[in-house]
Amino acid sequence: MKGRFGKYGGRYVPETLVPALEELESAFYKYRREASFKRQLKQLLSEYAGRPTPLYHAKNLSDEAGGAQIYLKREDLLHGGAHKINNTLGQALLARRMGKKYIVAETGAGQHGVATAMACACLGLDSRVYMGSTDMARQKLNVLRMNMLGAAVSPVSSGSKTLKDAINEAIRYWLANVKTTHYLLGSAVGPHPYPEMVREFQSVIGREIRSQMRRIKKNPSSIVACVGGGSNAIGTFHEFVDTDAELIGVEAGGGGLRSGRHSATLGTGSRGILHGMMTYVMQNSEGQIGSTHSVSAGLDYPGVGPEHSWLKDAGKVDYRTATDRQAVNAFMVLARTEGIIPALESSHAVAEALRIAPSMKKSEAIVVTLSGRGDKDVDVVGEWMTGHGRRSRKT
Amino acid sequence: MAGVAEKLEECRAGGRSGLATYVMAGHPNVSATKAAVRGMVRGGADIIELGYPFSDPLADGPVIHNSATVAIKGGMTIKSYIEIVKFARRITDVPLITMTYSNIFERHTYDALISRLVNAGIDGIIIADMPVDESASYVSSARRLRAETVFLASPNTSRARLGRIAAASSGFVYLVGVYGTTGQRKKVAPYTLEAIRAAKRTIKDTAVGVGFGISTPQDVAMCVRAGADAVIVGSPIVRIAAESPPGRIEARVASYVAGLRRATQRR
Repeated sequence: MKGRFGKYGGRYVPETLVPALEELESAFYKYRREASFKRQLKQLLSEYAGRPTPLYHAKNLSDEAGGAQIYLKREDLLHGGAHKINNTLGQALLARRMGKKYIVAETGAGQHGVATAMACACLGLDSRVYMGSTDMARQKLNVLRMNMLGAAVSPVSSGSKTLKDAINEAIRYWLANVKTTHYLLGSAVGPHPYPEMVREFQSVIGREIRSQMRRIKKNPSSIVACVGGGSNAIGTFHEFVDTDAELIGVEAGGGGLRSGRHSATLGTGSRGILHGMMTYVMQNSEGQIGSTHSVSAGLDYPGVGPEHSWLKDAGKVDYRTATDRQAVNAFMVLARTEGIIPALESSHAVAEALRIAPSMKKSEAIVVTLSGRGDKDVDVVGEWMTGHGRRSRKT
Repeated sequence: MAGVAEKLEECRAGGRSGLATYVMAGHPNVSATKAAVRGMVRGGADIIELGYPFSDPLADGPVIHNSATVAIKGGMTIKSYIEIVKFARRITDVPLITMTYSNIFERHTYDALISRLVNAGIDGIIIADMPVDESASYVSSARRLRAETVFLASPNTSRARLGRIAAASSGFVYLVGVYGTTGQRKKVAPYTLEAIRAAKRTIKDTAVGVGFGISTPQDVAMCVRAGADAVIVGSPIVRIAAESPPGRIEARVASYVAGLRRATQRR
């Protein structure tokens, strides 16, 4: 069925948004096949954003882990510092074709907000970005970048003051301004056609990985990506579903699953409806959405893209978790061994690679999508190290 | 006990449009909600909408969102909601409608929750994020359990879609009068009145109620003149329930609702 991944997905929205989603859906289906649209997007991706990104054989990191060879898909080298620009350029271009002049977006860690502001500046669109006030405090650098790029940043102080509430406010703004505005959703979540559309714009990641691995005549044994909403993961996995490669999505384990302070939606959640989609959500027995925690703002979300819910149930992707501590550790290890500072989100995927590599053969290959760079996170990691330093010396 | 559709028919026969009033269950607490319901009954509401809180209410503005947050924090559950419904059913025979979001039904399952609601005295259901396209299991469950299903329409809904919405609706079609969320506006916009007239031209067999952004007797009168069969008012009552001393809620709601009701007369 259209807009469904098994029983997941759909379009659970206030009626006002239905015509806008139908308009968006037909524009997307039309332009995705149109030669001039594809050409223009390809050109922007290569000349403005910096595609293709390298697939880097991280030999030092592999030696440190002692086992399989780890390859990093360097989305962190893209303009803006994250994979988000793949999607924002695609949607901003689409918005222009649809005659929309205004863009509204949400952001968690600020990477999608920055990528939206960049794409809008580049393509001559006005942008407004909603961001939770908690996230604004922990990601100040990205707030400044958005301002400088010309985006209006609106703080959100309702609910948990993080990504979930920023999405609520962005959707409300869209309800009120639906005729002139395109909602540039940043992850593979939300009502149809967003999950499918964001996957399409992000699946360039997996296509490049496949051809880059072919060039070095290797088949990846495992492919690892972090999952919040799950856009870099779905973009990575899409090309490899039903191949021999083991696909591993890594959610934020926060303080550990038993602590109750985490964002492991697929790991511990249940089927529900949030932000217009049927998917796994973190909720209580009454159907109220729960609060989440992660050291990384970008994974701090109580829902997940509906296609991931389907891939989990179908057993096609294995979803695991990395704790805050494991992620911060992976962050430091990658920085020291390779001179690469990864985003805390991506560090969750690196942590899983470090965990599985030792039990694999040296001839095997693990591909990790390094979805973003970690400049935005150095303050958070610095504070974390100070706060946890004493305890970690004891252990 | 008359259903929603019968009640609106009765209003029409009396030369009026129906007045539906909304309050959030458990905001700021259960006794305040009960006082507000008593006030609605005294003021002459034709239909009472009892909101059930959801943590992430996309269609609601700050007043109702905040009321949901307070109600959830205060421990509102389906169990205590059912008690409020039973209370309302005891003191009035006007139709009662549950208004909430789809995840609440998804979590409790449609069959189980609708049958509990109907047994407690609920006549109809409004799900703010449930378009007709996703409604098959909801509607079949509600039909079987004899709950009326009120679907929402918007000023930008096409004629063809209005027809589908009317076909799935019983009780009335809820026309969301504004672009945006629930909450007070300065006055009713001309496009809202045009949307009422357009809906009335297209929808023949089901009543049309209009809500969102309506707060004064003048607003009500304008919507009635444009042809609305029912007018729905929510956020101002939620605010009265929150801001009045407990002993004053009933009287304040009653006098506010009575003022709105006088404006439902068709001239």
